[in-house]
Amino acid sequence: MPRVAASDFAKLDGYPFVVVSWIDDAGYPVSVATDHQTDVSRGVVSLRAAAGDAVAIPTDRTVNVCGSHIHPKPGEGYDERRYLQLWGTATEPVDGRVTFTPASAWGWDEAEVPFFEYSERSVPQSRRYLAELSAEKGRTIRPRLALGWLFLRTTRLPFLSATFVPVLLGIAIAARHGAFDWWLALVTVIGASLAHLGINVSNDIFDTLSGADEANVNPTQFSGGSRVLIYDLVTLRQLVSLAVALLGGASAIGLYLVWATGSSTLLWIGIAGIVLGIAYTAPPIKLVHRGLGEISVALGFGPVMLLGAYVVQAGALSWEAVVASVPVAILVALILYVNEIPDRTGDAAAGKRTLPVRLPPAVVTDIYLIAALASFAVIVAGAVSGLLPPFTLLALAAAPLVLRVYRGIRQYYTSPYALMAFMGVNVTLHLYVGLLLLAGYAVAILLQLLG
Amino acid sequence: MGWLSEPVERLLEVALVGELTVIGRRGQPVTHPLIPLYDGERIYLHSSTLFSKKLEHIKRNPRVALSLSDPVALKGLTDRATIQGTARVIEDDPHEQWVGLVLDLWRRKEPVIDAFLKARVALPLFFERAVIEITPERCLLWPDGDTSRPPIVTTPPAEVAA
Repeated sequence: MPRVAASDFAKLDGYPFVVVSWIDDAGYPVSVATDHQTDVSRGVVSLRAAAGDAVAIPTDRTVNVCGSHIHPKPGEGYDERRYLQLWGTATEPVDGRVTFTPASAWGWDEAEVPFFEYSERSVPQSRRYLAELSAEKGRTIRPRLALGWLFLRTTRLPFLSATFVPVLLGIAIAARHGAFDWWLALVTVIGASLAHLGINVSNDIFDTLSGADEANVNPTQFSGGSRVLIYDLVTLRQLVSLAVALLGGASAIGLYLVWATGSSTLLWIGIAGIVLGIAYTAPPIKLVHRGLGEISVALGFGPVMLLGAYVVQAGALSWEAVVASVPVAILVALILYVNEIPDRTGDAAAGKRTLPVRLPPAVVTDIYLIAALASFAVIVAGAVSGLLPPFTLLALAAAPLVLRVYRGIRQYYTSPYALMAFMGVNVTLHLYVGLLLLAGYAVAILLQLLG
Repeated sequence: MGWLSEPVERLLEVALVGELTVIGRRGQPVTHPLIPLYDGERIYLHSSTLFSKKLEHIKRNPRVALSLSDPVALKGLTDRATIQGTARVIEDDPHEQWVGLVLDLWRRKEPVIDAFLKARVALPLFFERAVIEITPERCLLWPDGDTSRPPIVTTPPAEVAA
């Protein structure tokens, strides 16, 4: 048990009363509420002796003194949860007061350790408990989730927008160039989605095996991996099987598209995508451990996806597609970049030298602003130079989101859960820019058809 | 039917938090704030497997005490009580079993729990839970919460205790 610190006395002072407990002569715990005064200089707590033999605080055994606080919020639950308990010995009452000398302390205050972090730090206890329970019952007892939710969590399905944006944009650019095949477009979207989900799952496997996810006690909705292995929701074998199935499906579709289009360029783009995705976390390359994670994500979910989708339709590369892929690449890399901020402590512990691990906070936030603005500058330059249709300037409407994220990062750099809202805005930024670029292309194609 | 007095039952029905004291590995008292539920006979508490040390303690020694003492957590009621009893951990299926046993009681006290339960995917281990069922054996009641006066001590009538 941790020793008692001066701060524990100060904390105990903050509770309006305490509950004093001990084990009575019949072998049952017994508790009584009473008032208290701490004396940090003497390292003691003065307790008002409760009346009656049934609750006379004993002097010959361990006594527990507990302060507890909760702030009920009708309709919402409660917050400001905290408690502190001290173990020690008590004296006979003098003038109606007992002197309690604590020897050890334990507690939790959600203002210091947020509930989600407290839960995360307790995962080993859950695993231990369930392992012992399984041994006791003679059958395996594991945590569960409904299959649909488990698939969503395991594959991190909501992140598929990072695939839809470049793939649909590549298809739209090809359509503007007069090349469009519904069937191939559909197959491309499915193949790219399978590749993305397969890469997510394989990254999870390597991050769990490397200890990066376990070292991270501040996972959020957007960061820290799926944690399905850490939570024991699936086995390693199941996860590997899923990754193989998803990547196998993606590869089969990729080969079909190469066959259907006869494009060797597409083959090389596909190989580059899979290699980048796996090598992102897989040994021995582990791009993300070398500070190359952001660049590999930019390449994979920018040019690789967009040019791949374009080549399926058009059969060759084009400068317009290359230019259009740049802002998408930058913004998707910035999703990862911001999501790495709350992960940086766990990443550092696991040797993942991401940019937020390597760089001071002020530099990280400045790089975000510069890179995000650069993505809009590329759109403007592309439209002004005539490489992109002028209607792609619609994407500038999403620019104010950059400042929201930037301010959020600056303000909540060290508060993972407060930062979560801005991580969400950052994901939205990528999605909105993608949708607005698509809208720009839709208008351009419509005008082309009309004119 | 239960034998606890009406003021104690009222405390149990409104309490958002009670202090459950169990007997630790070295025989020491260990206290955990928890939400108590009451079905008119037995007291139920429940614990995520994340915070399951208390369950291990109870399985080693099932004697427990529950203190109801904080007017803020008791919706302004000022009486205080401590209920001693024997606890049983119900844990055959931490995923489902607690839902059938205590969700209705929990929902009645904390309707917001349904919203949290819908987001089970976000915190799956929090909703892997065991139920602690306490059979009350002795009760100490302090009317108006005044512990400077001896408590009213009650035990179950002979036919209940038997």
